[in-house]
Amino acid sequence: MIGPMGPALILTPLVAGLLAFWLRADGPRRGLLVLTALAHTALTINAWRVWSETDVGSSALVVPVGAWVAIDATGLLFLTTISALFLGCAIYGVGYLGREKNHMHIDYQEHLFFSNEPEAVFTGCMLLFLSSMTLVCTAQHFGLLWVGVEATTLASAPLIYFHRQHRSLEATWKYLLICSVGIALALLGNFLLAVAASKHEGVISSLFTPDLIQHATQLHAPWLKAAFLFFLVGYGTKMGLAPMHTWLPDAHSESPSVVSALLSGALLNCAFLGILRAHQVCVAAGAVEFSQELLRGFGLLSMAIAAVFILGQVDFKRMLAYSSVEHMGILALGVGLGGAGAFGAGLHAINHSLTKACLFLVAGNILAAYETKAVKDISGVRRLLPLSGILWIGGFLSITGSPPFGTFLSEFTILKAALDGDHTYVAVAYLSVLALIFIGMAAIVLPMVQGEPQAGLSKNRPREALWSTMPPAVLCLLVLAVGAYLPPTMNAVLHEVAVTLGGN
Amino acid sequence: MHLIDLTLVLIMLANLALLGSSRLAACIQLSAAQGILLSLLPLAAGEHGSKAGILLLAFTVFVLKGLVFPALLARTLRMAHVRHEVVPIIGYAASLTTGVVILCLSFWFASRLTLPHPAASPLVLPWALATTLIGLFLIVSRKTALMQVIGYLVLENGIYIFGITLAQDEPFLVEMGILLDVFVAVFIMGIAIFHISREFDHIEVDQLTSLKD
Amino acid sequence: MDASAIIPSVLTVVLAPLLVGVINRTKAIAGGRNGQPLLQVYYDLRKLLGKGAVYSRTTTWVFRAGPMASLAGVLLAATLVPFGPCNALIAFDGDLILLAYLLGFGRLCTVLAALDTGSPFEGMGANREVLFSALAEPALLLGLAAIARETHMLSLTEMHLKLSTGEWATSGLTLALVAVALLIVFLAENSRIPVDDPNTHLELTMIHEVMVLDHGGPDFAFIMYGAALKLWVLGALVTGLVLPAGTGMAALDLGITLGGMLALAILVGLIESTMARLRMMRVPQLLVGATALSGLALVLRFGGL
Repeated sequence: MIGPMGPALILTPLVAGLLAFWLRADGPRRGLLVLTALAHTALTINAWRVWSETDVGSSALVVPVGAWVAIDATGLLFLTTISALFLGCAIYGVGYLGREKNHMHIDYQEHLFFSNEPEAVFTGCMLLFLSSMTLVCTAQHFGLLWVGVEATTLASAPLIYFHRQHRSLEATWKYLLICSVGIALALLGNFLLAVAASKHEGVISSLFTPDLIQHATQLHAPWLKAAFLFFLVGYGTKMGLAPMHTWLPDAHSESPSVVSALLSGALLNCAFLGILRAHQVCVAAGAVEFSQELLRGFGLLSMAIAAVFILGQVDFKRMLAYSSVEHMGILALGVGLGGAGAFGAGLHAINHSLTKACLFLVAGNILAAYETKAVKDISGVRRLLPLSGILWIGGFLSITGSPPFGTFLSEFTILKAALDGDHTYVAVAYLSVLALIFIGMAAIVLPMVQGEPQAGLSKNRPREALWSTMPPAVLCLLVLAVGAYLPPTMNAVLHEVAVTLGGN
Repeated sequence: MHLIDLTLVLIMLANLALLGSSRLAACIQLSAAQGILLSLLPLAAGEHGSKAGILLLAFTVFVLKGLVFPALLARTLRMAHVRHEVVPIIGYAASLTTGVVILCLSFWFASRLTLPHPAASPLVLPWALATTLIGLFLIVSRKTALMQVIGYLVLENGIYIFGITLAQDEPFLVEMGILLDVFVAVFIMGIAIFHISREFDHIEVDQLTSLKD
Repeated sequence: MDASAIIPSVLTVVLAPLLVGVINRTKAIAGGRNGQPLLQVYYDLRKLLGKGAVYSRTTTWVFRAGPMASLAGVLLAATLVPFGPCNALIAFDGDLILLAYLLGFGRLCTVLAALDTGSPFEGMGANREVLFSALAEPALLLGLAAIARETHMLSLTEMHLKLSTGEWATSGLTLALVAVALLIVFLAENSRIPVDDPNTHLELTMIHEVMVLDHGGPDFAFIMYGAALKLWVLGALVTGLVLPAGTGMAALDLGITLGGMLALAILVGLIESTMARLRMMRVPQLLVGATALSGLALVLRFGGL
């Protein structure tokens, strides 16, 4: 039954997280992390099974009336990526924590000693992070959605500050403040939406998403548009849309790679979900041109700014962070184009999450082996870390949209939607930015992989641990699989999501 | 002269005082005063919802915004051992003038918006806008991390004025959830400020510039 | 222009130095001393008028004309202000602007006379005085504009007539804000603490006192009398706003307003005894704060409160 599954998905990591704070020993705590991730994935797979067995109408949401949390099509899509990502990161994280415990902490750039956060805080916050992201995906009330997004910010801030040194502290402060301000603006959007939903006597109908969509034509249009604008700017800050993205490169490059993978792959999607819910209401209310135009504008701006900063980037983790900004722009653009673009955006969300997580985890491996983030100092990855080198190249090809990876399919669908909808200028800009980013990233990634590693490093060639290569390898293979064959269930879910977003 | 108008004007006076004040301890007390005034708003404006719910909400806002948040901030101030002076990017006189200009702009803007149903007072909409903008202005123009947190609280207060008076009937649980979130946010920001003061020996955030492209 | 309109002017001319005496006496009592007699300022004026004056060779006719011109300006301003139940001697639409600028004219003459001496102390004092007055002027004008908008009248006399306890009941917030702003302007224009310390003897800390340092004899008498008149004029403005007596009985109204002036003087004395003077950098902040209060009152009026 879908009914109790929503709360179960949220409460399991919540309880586990609180338990993790309390546990003293590292072993059981790491075991708890992996176990919870497995339980979460199992529940999600169960949700798919229930979904495929239910008879689903073309635009009906399978949500009990008045339910605060429930799993509908959009929620299921994002929930799956979060679950898969968290499982991979949990396995990687266990190995990562083990390695961190045994190594001396010297800052790579300034050679200063630093300490790490207590492992209990890290593990507990990871689980609370999972719980709050699940809350965002399953919330059916705009207020509850807001509470979830704010909770994700608060749960992830300590994670960024894992390495206790001044750069990550600076990144944490910027993240905390900018995202909190953005989310406060989204709260204002919530209240504007409530005003839009108020009837003439002063008693408002609820902010439940299904109710709003059902009564959408009765909403006051100017207030709805104002609400959407605030949602876009507010949740867009959290999502990383330009020009509100300034916290993203710092936070994603200074945090540990496990955390970066989750932030880029899962958290940005959750913020996007907030915007999508508002867009769904606009679609049902008939204000779809307004919201689509705004989405297209922000999308193209994000892509352009990302391209500017990727060209000539000297830090490979920052490059990946700007690539996240670019792909968030592509997502917004896809939804903003309508038609097949909405389908493409849904597919792209899955592809991007899997690929970006794989890339960040591999970046973590490279950072640990080479002990530097500067691109010019790294060469010969394929000799020093063979498997990571292959995955690095594979991830690069995927993130830039090369076939046969799934990203090619989703980006091509969005391009087709642009041309179908007579948005020729948009299509031209889209293609040129993608080309620029391909060139920029190739100029960074390829020299890293080729050549010979420095003399000192190849002597003590690190053995590639299984925990560090299995998760990214699986994620990369999943992207390949999606590119080759899309299961019909997933196709149906994506189609359903696209219809609610005003596409087909 | 209604209670709600009096409360709103006092809130604006607290805003203006925050713009012109230079001592961090005084700023914390002003935000406490603003929180206490804010807790009077549900009582003054609320006609919908149960009496018990409104009283409970007012009491929670009073406790959280009037007592707990200032206590947290004062504790942070003590632990951070910083100078009790704030050095702003935009001077105090200019900040005060900007505050009045923001108020005028909010009035003008609010007069162009038509509410679906009349609010408890004609001041509410411009006041909410003005407080939100003043909060944003405080965050942008002040250099001390603590002042930025106070600016964030003022921003939340402005949005809260909007919510309490215009978007009534928001379920009680959600209001509690929002307040809880803000509480945890302030708590974590306090911890972050403590770490910043330990790491950098000051809490001037305009000097956190080592990360850039 | 009825016959009773002469009363405010007569009261101003006669009673203004008494107000200064009350302030000084209050400060003395608050400080635990007996203090000067209440009529001390009159005695000082009489003494000064009998003295001769010494003029420096660097000064010109500007220096000699300054005190007289500034006194003339303040006397004219005094005819514009209503008092209690009596109308002002001169009243027309927009006379509140003339009031502000007559006071400004008085200040201008004093400043010119100060600059004419060529002494650096006077120049410094003139600089500060003009700065603070420039900052206080918007507060005064915006506050008066708020009252004008409230009473829908543009003349001080008519505004005063319209103000009553009824107005306070309906829009007390606006009037309270204007009252506080006008009080701060009152303190600034009359060089009282917290803007300026009238008892200081250190030239570097003076603002108003240092401008008149070189005047002696009858000139100084004019200046002292002019300062007392200014105190009375602005005080009448504040009292008229705060205590709008409208009982209908003329004598009672007059008594209430005189009582109000007395209370204002005692309040100023208490403020001077309890507060310290603000740092020079903080005074613009205070004045901009007063402007913000007046601006807020005006905005509230326009907002329909």
